[in-house]
Order: sequence, then structure tokens, then C-alpha cells
Amino acid sequence: MATFEELSMPVRLFLKAYPWRHIHPTPWAQASQPLNQSRIAVVSSAGFIRKGQDPFDDHVKGGDPSFRWIEQKTPTENLMETHRSQSFDHSGIQADPNLALPLRRLETLAEEGTIGSVNHRHASCMGSLTAPGKFTREAAPAIADGLIQDGVNRVLLVPV
Amino acid sequence: MCNQTVSLVAAAIEDRGIPTVTIQLLEEIARKIGPPRALCVPFAHGFPLGQPGNAQMQRDIILEALALIDRTDLSPPHLSHHSSGSQKPEGRK
Repeated sequence: MATFEELSMPVRLFLKAYPWRHIHPTPWAQASQPLNQSRIAVVSSAGFIRKGQDPFDDHVKGGDPSFRWIEQKTPTENLMETHRSQSFDHSGIQADPNLALPLRRLETLAEEGTIGSVNHRHASCMGSLTAPGKFTREAAPAIADGLIQDGVNRVLLVPV
Repeated sequence: MCNQTVSLVAAAIEDRGIPTVTIQLLEEIARKIGPPRALCVPFAHGFPLGQPGNAQMQRDIILEALALIDRTDLSPPHLSHHSSGSQKPEGRK
């Protein structure tokens, strides 16, 4: 488990004092299909972009509330990790993007029939949002609507 | 902050009827936010699915998380812990 102790003191103090958003009431959906018939999508907050996509804007106060669609067929070498936070070690996700956006892992699971299929796209956002209001009002529903349109049955969400 | 960001998306998705599971790296924060369904993993920030290049470990975490969606005995918000306590945390200490 990650711990507060691995973070710098300023970051630790910020997180301790931060007014975390509490989800209430908690929405709850049940599986409509078994795993081997389910279409899976991922939401990653590691700030991945595909080469050629507009970068996230590091100058937006409170964090860039936009998101990007990343196509499942994107070659791993075309993924760029752009998370703006310096409070964690980026070496793992830079060496292996599957650690936070597991495109190739899902591909394998679909090929062997463990999951039904992988959605043709996944959502990528910038996780370090200290002011998530606009993101909650606009990006989160847009991601959800897109995945509904795609017929996704289960979503795995991966922070860093 | 990433834990909060993905949890807010999970809530929007779940609200539309698609079940979700979020990986969580800090249990204390996860409990404050309360995503619908979460798996706490024993890894450092930056290493949410374990070791880079370790496809088997990443696969195990993914399947353990997705399997929570099949559980009919859970109620929201639900927080599970990764089933193996033997794996060493990754990343800088």
C-alpha cells in the first residue's frame, strides 16, 4: 500500500488538509454479463496522450479538467505519459505504460477468452486535479456517456 | 489526487448503469472519497498495477479487481484489499 510517508512533507500536509470530495449517495450497478462476455474499458488518470494529441495544459489552475480518448490499437511506443505531479516516481509507467493503462494486458485477456472483448477506446485524464468541479460536471459525464454508447459492460479505473 | 479523480469518474459511470472498480493506493483517502467499488493495492504511488514489465502480476491485479463486479454480496461503497500480502511495494521508498 502506498503511504503518506513516501510523500514529501508539503504534499503530505496538503493531502491531510485537503477537502476530499465524498461520493454520496453511492451509485451502484450490477454486472449484466459474466466476465467472459463483458466488454472492458479503462479510465487512467496518468495523463497519457497519444502522439499527435493535444497535451494537457499544466498551467490551468486546479488542474486541466479535460480528457483524451486513447484507442485500444495505439502502439505502446506511441503513448506519452505527461502527468504533471512530481510527488511520485514516474519511472514505472514510463518504462511500462501498461502499469496504468493496461492496453496490452487487456488484449491478451481478450485473446484467451478470459474477458469478452476490449473496448475500442479508453479514457485518459490528468489525475492531479485539486479543483475537480468542472471535471465532475463535464468530463466525467462525457466519459460515462461515451462508454455507454460503446456498449461497455465493466470499467476499470486506474490512478497513479 | 488521482484517487479522487478516478473515483469521480467511477461515480458518473456507475450512475449510468455500468459497474466499475477503481484501484486505490491510499486506503485512508479511499475511505474519505468512497468510490462505489475499489481494490486497495500494496504498491507505491506510480505503480498501481505492480511491477513494470511483470505481465502476470498486472494481469492478476486486473482480474482480481474485475472479479469484484461479480460479487453479489457487496454493498456500496465497498473497499477490498489485494488478496496477496506477499508482494513487495514497488517504487521509491
